[in-house]
Amino acid sequence: MAVVNMVEAIRTALAREMERDERVILLGQDIGHNGGVFRATDGLQERFGEDRVVDMPLAEAVIVGSAVGLAASGLIPIPELQFLGFGSQAFHQIEGQVARMRFRSQGRYAMPMVIRAPFGGNVRTPELHSDAHEVKYVNSPGLKVAMPASAYDARGLLTEAIRDPDPVLFCEPLRGYRLIKDEVPDEDYTVPFGEARLARDGTDVALIAWSAAVSVALKAAELAAADGISCAVLDLRTLVPLDVTGLAELVARTGRAVVVHEAPLTGGFGAEVVATIQEEAFWSLEAPIGRVAAYDTPYPIASIEEHYIPSAERVLEAVRRVAREA
Amino acid sequence: VVSVTTIEQAGLEPLTRLRPDGTLEDCYEPTLPEAELLAAFRLMLLTRAFDERAFSLQRQGRLGTFSPVTGQEASVVGSAWALDPARDWVVPQYRELPAMLRQGHSLDKVLLYFMGNPVGNRMDEGVNVLPVQISLAAQVPHAVGLAWGLRHQGRDGCVITYFGDGASSEGDVHEAMNLAGVRGAPVIFFLQNNGWAISTPVRKQTATPSFALRAAGYGFPGELVDGNDLLAVHEVTQRAVRRARAGEGPTMIESRTYRLGPHNTADDPTRYVDPDELNARRELDPIRRVRAYLRGRGLLDEEAEQRIETELREEVERAVRAAEAFAPAHSGQIFEHVYGRPPARVESQRRSVEGR
Repeated sequence: MAVVNMVEAIRTALAREMERDERVILLGQDIGHNGGVFRATDGLQERFGEDRVVDMPLAEAVIVGSAVGLAASGLIPIPELQFLGFGSQAFHQIEGQVARMRFRSQGRYAMPMVIRAPFGGNVRTPELHSDAHEVKYVNSPGLKVAMPASAYDARGLLTEAIRDPDPVLFCEPLRGYRLIKDEVPDEDYTVPFGEARLARDGTDVALIAWSAAVSVALKAAELAAADGISCAVLDLRTLVPLDVTGLAELVARTGRAVVVHEAPLTGGFGAEVVATIQEEAFWSLEAPIGRVAAYDTPYPIASIEEHYIPSAERVLEAVRRVAREA
Repeated sequence: VVSVTTIEQAGLEPLTRLRPDGTLEDCYEPTLPEAELLAAFRLMLLTRAFDERAFSLQRQGRLGTFSPVTGQEASVVGSAWALDPARDWVVPQYRELPAMLRQGHSLDKVLLYFMGNPVGNRMDEGVNVLPVQISLAAQVPHAVGLAWGLRHQGRDGCVITYFGDGASSEGDVHEAMNLAGVRGAPVIFFLQNNGWAISTPVRKQTATPSFALRAAGYGFPGELVDGNDLLAVHEVTQRAVRRARAGEGPTMIESRTYRLGPHNTADDPTRYVDPDELNARRELDPIRRVRAYLRGRGLLDEEAEQRIETELREEVERAVRAAEAFAPAHSGQIFEHVYGRPPARVESQRRSVEGR
């Protein structure tokens, strides 16, 4: 066991899988000599060569689109979108091609690939670099969506994603790259998809989050504890597949829940979580479910972004509101 | 200043080998031997026979929306004939039926697809074809990745991708051609300029005097060919295949042809095609040209062609019978081949449909 940060965990997962399976190749902007703008692929081109760690032209659609052909040729490509916010320039390839090529070809062309994409706020980036666009991809059947919140999960889920026969959008929280550190074993392991993680146990309110919002929820849980409110924090880990059972069981136990996410409120994945809870655990509910999200406005300029994405204080307010309901 | 506003200025003119009257250009030796030429002609006739049958099936409600190849047979057959089906790949749009057949796909399955059974879009193992692509130009990046992947694994196949003058306006074409140039991928961008994107004429699609000029901007050769000339199309594509195999990278080919039929069975081209233009284009029908040549060389007479036509009609009928005898699509297929490892939620949806 060693304590590592998220970007190190991601790099280790990539290196180990490249070592283990020569079909794995990486492609993306600045990922080779420069090691990626966040150093997620640092040293990998040196180690595996220019044919397996490929610097690509600045063109998201063909970074993903060529990965479709690479997969059809028998390889396992890992295309990197430098930022998820620019994934829109590849959206038609992800949603219309990657996600459904297996279906379209009736199983002849599976699309084992992992599209890696950093995203998320509070790192003072220019416009579109911070946007939490995960929900846009969740409605793309055929695609899985992983959103790790810890270094352990980043490595385990990425390893699982590379070995999974289906295409996976793997969203990495920028803010956590260096800030999130935890213990990661030396030996090989994977974290299965569709199994949420109880990041903190509690009895009064279930906080449900994914990716960087998990740390916000954990902080809010600390603050709530001082108020005498016991919060559980459920980290969904993957949005597709969604751990419906884990979600329902936790809410059945607490009777109260708040969903937290960095994306704007309307149509955010929180809406899916709330709808799922009311289907699966309606009779256990003791209060309306709370949602804490970004506002229904474009991601603001960096100097005021901390007012935009959920803070522990805003989550705490929602927790108090939900806990007060009779 | 580089400014090219006419094809003359670029020193380009569409390569023609077989003239519209069925005679060869002087001092020209066909790249297709006679036996192959007859086989290619047969495939052109099969394509036309299929188009006609498919149209009547669609009108009878036995087939869904269908896009005929009519008028583009030389363009598709001539290019596909330059490939080796055992190692080369076709990445189609949706109007390239004979290229798919040449690679080993079956008429039964083609019909099955247009009749609404998803199984029809599954190419058998060993048939080097990607599925029909409805999203225009989305397949062009795939072709580049496939070509690059083959090369990466030391396989000597090359890839041809088909798209049209309309699809050429999509950003995917630019990104794909640019990447292909950078990586030297063994890929052939085969642009069929058939004059129309549904009702939009090519002059409203681009200001370039030839799509072939675009290749220069990506650092590889472009060819302009008379797309109604089977021999010329075969020759330029064969050249591109040789370049690809020799590791010399991509080629772009503009095949200048003409869509003699509608965009698809739902389209009414009388709303936008000038009948005089259509009549003039019918004179350039690619099948007529090969027929005249074969007859001139004594390789074909009316009786032999009638015999072929009868065989082809039977072949199409056999395929129609096989496709119609195939078990119809069922609701369970909604869930098949969506995931390799389906999410629990999708599995429970599947069970809810099966239990109905």
